[in-house]
Amino acid sequence: MNLLLSALLILFGGSLIALSVRSSTLATRVGILSVLVAAPMAGYVALKVLLSGQPLSFSAPWAVPGGEFSLLLDPLAAFFVLPISILSLFCALYAGPYMAHAGQSRSLAPHWFYFNIMVTAMLLVVIAANALLFLAAWEIMTISSFFLVAWDHHREDVRKAAWLYLFAAHLGMMLLLLMFLLAGSYCDGFNFNNFGPLAQLPIGSASLIYLLALFGFGVKAGLFPVHIWLPDAHPAAPSHVSALMSGVLIKTGIYGILRILSLLPPAPAWWGWLMALLGAGGALYGISLAAQQRDIKRCLAYSTVENIGIMLLGLGFGMVAAAHGHPKIALLAFAGGLLHIWNHALFKGVMFLGAGALVHATGTRDMNRMGGLLRRMPLVGLLWIGGSLAISALPPLNGLISEWLIYLSLAQAGTALDGFAALVPLLLFGLLGMVGALALVTFSRLIGICLLGEPRDPAAANPHKVAPAMLVSMGSLLAGCLMIGIFPQGTLRLTSTALSQVARLPVGAELGRAVTPLGLGALLLMAVLIILGGLFAWLRLFRLQTQTSTWGCGYPMPTARMAYTGESYAEFVSHHLMPKIMRPKVSGGKVSGFFPISSKLAQSSTDLVLMRFLQPLFVALADRCQRLRWLQQGQLPVYLVYIFVASAVLMVWSLWAGGHGGK
Amino acid sequence: MMELINPLLLAVILINFYTLGSARLVACIRVVAIQGALLALLPLLSHGMTFHAMLLAAEAFCFKGVVIPWLLLRAIRRVRIRREMEPIVGFVPTLILGVLTTVGAFLFADLLPLAPEHHDGMFVPTALATMFSGFLLLITRRKAITQILGYLMLENGIFIFAVLLSAAMPVMVEAGILLDLLVGVFVMGIVVNQISREFSTINTERLTALKE
Repeated sequence: MNLLLSALLILFGGSLIALSVRSSTLATRVGILSVLVAAPMAGYVALKVLLSGQPLSFSAPWAVPGGEFSLLLDPLAAFFVLPISILSLFCALYAGPYMAHAGQSRSLAPHWFYFNIMVTAMLLVVIAANALLFLAAWEIMTISSFFLVAWDHHREDVRKAAWLYLFAAHLGMMLLLLMFLLAGSYCDGFNFNNFGPLAQLPIGSASLIYLLALFGFGVKAGLFPVHIWLPDAHPAAPSHVSALMSGVLIKTGIYGILRILSLLPPAPAWWGWLMALLGAGGALYGISLAAQQRDIKRCLAYSTVENIGIMLLGLGFGMVAAAHGHPKIALLAFAGGLLHIWNHALFKGVMFLGAGALVHATGTRDMNRMGGLLRRMPLVGLLWIGGSLAISALPPLNGLISEWLIYLSLAQAGTALDGFAALVPLLLFGLLGMVGALALVTFSRLIGICLLGEPRDPAAANPHKVAPAMLVSMGSLLAGCLMIGIFPQGTLRLTSTALSQVARLPVGAELGRAVTPLGLGALLLMAVLIILGGLFAWLRLFRLQTQTSTWGCGYPMPTARMAYTGESYAEFVSHHLMPKIMRPKVSGGKVSGFFPISSKLAQSSTDLVLMRFLQPLFVALADRCQRLRWLQQGQLPVYLVYIFVASAVLMVWSLWAGGHGGK
Repeated sequence: MMELINPLLLAVILINFYTLGSARLVACIRVVAIQGALLALLPLLSHGMTFHAMLLAAEAFCFKGVVIPWLLLRAIRRVRIRREMEPIVGFVPTLILGVLTTVGAFLFADLLPLAPEHHDGMFVPTALATMFSGFLLLITRRKAITQILGYLMLENGIFIFAVLLSAAMPVMVEAGILLDLLVGVFVMGIVVNQISREFSTINTERLTALKE
């Protein structure tokens, strides 16, 4: 535990030093160095706890009523500390060269201050064992990430995105405050180990706490109907920040849900159904919108909504199976959901860092202005393709393993459950399959339009060089993906202590057996691919080669504008698969007559939930609240009367409460 | 010594009434200065001639009785007003309200869960009555100067409370009060200057123009 505490102190101290220095390079060095030192320490401690299953704890007094600086690193917390430390390490490494250009015109000291504070707060969130400490860390995490998102605050869209994030996060925070107050009212303290009486709650109040936790934490996690801040905030933030937020920060929401579930009585089936159905809906919704985005980082942000959906589907279905008394199926589903958390942290890290490298190199986030980048930036391109393979759940990478476990549990439940309960898992199986297919479309589109073909823009034809440190961090994360893909049984063994804590079931060796063939298959597949690739390369040596432009259509002077665009690639998805309400808005493009004048065609996709439901709701609320404006008279005496009345009422109330409640 | 306390507190209450009913600003400032000076005697009377009580008395006398009234008189000379014209609520109604709140304070103080040694004296009701009167002054007057007087009376009320507590919480109380007071006066001083410069009047009503 001392190691972890000193890691926290190093991060915190690093942030303060980074803030106090003037020069950007020095701040960068301090920031990176403190993360480089602290993250392996935290990761090492987490690994030890995961392997041994022995929780570590620490407690110190804290001068806040009801608060105590008590920390607990049990397997569940360690399960989240590990990806946080790994991903923050590589994101910090990547950020050095990535931010160097911005550092010439403005000081990077605040950036590194908030970056280190955010990492500290994330670690503190998952190891806090006191409700007040947890909420404080949660709030610090929100605010520091808000400032990181708002890094380019001179741009209006960034400011708007950051406000939306802050607003959504605080709505969630409100639910969490309510939840912890409610939970605390049943117990005699705000330490998590005082929360024992929660396990004996009647189902009604327990359900209320569960729902508050699900939606309160869900806002941060990107749970489907409350994911609205995600698609705006991720593109607005610098890429390594998006990677860190998408990879681990939003997972703290899932951690919160799991932690609260571990304190509540065993979950009834409908809790699990709710989570699984919201997850499935979110996965389908997220991936269908991801397939329509031109902005590559927005596309990745929607893919985050999808992946969170898959995790919640796994975890929720695990709860269902456990409630129906099928421990084996529950273990498979929980293992899939949990493993997907790690997997997503790794491959979404690769994807966002790669997107950052492309944006850095070309100066645009619009995929229709990229193209031909694989030839010009082969290493970044290859790593990005690797990440896409992983995220589309293709072998030999890790995405397949976790989704496979979920598929397996759904299929087994389809045969083991009876009646109507058997139909739903099979339907979910089908939906998950559809999500997988759409993910394939989304990521083949992302790669195809950005990396292949001809450059559509002069900027894409002459991209800037990418620093080796950026490649190293992407490569290391991808190596992690590959390792989990080839050696899944070892990874599952690593998660088994956390898994048994979440599922409240003993974990046997059968899980490892369920995925071992996958690892072997992955190895075999890689061998086959390498042999075939070598064979084709060898054969190509003997062929006559003519080089023409991709999508040149045989014209003598083809232009890049003839090539597929992102919209045309996704046309099938958007116009044939989606319900009408989710289709992108198309404007222009009307051509008439024999010699038509030049015309424009534009297509834009907006978030349905935000635009159709939440925005009108809040606008209506704001209109209602306008009527309260008469309270604001602008007269000093009137305000003083308000103060007087409020304090008089408080005094009388405290007297009344003292007379009735206190004695 | 103790028998002097009640007449003193009564005098404080009478001064409250005078301030509520009078239109002459200079007289009001002087009377509030007298109130502050009387209150400065209070720690000496209730705690005896201890060093702490003397310190408290000296502080209160300097600030409440001398420095702040002098500042106010200087400000009044600068902006050349003598009378509070057209208050929001008339003088007689304010006076009646003041009497009512004082009566209310006496009744209310009986209900408070106080320590037994504080139950009988007039400390708590006087403190409440003075605070209420200060508040009334703040609410019903237009001139910024009168409102500063309101703040001063509010602080005087808090001071009476604090004398009760000063044995239990030394230094904290008076430091807090004096700081509060100074800040209040400075802020209002700035406001007065600003208003008279910008709007050539010190009616706070004109601040409405700043409303969003």
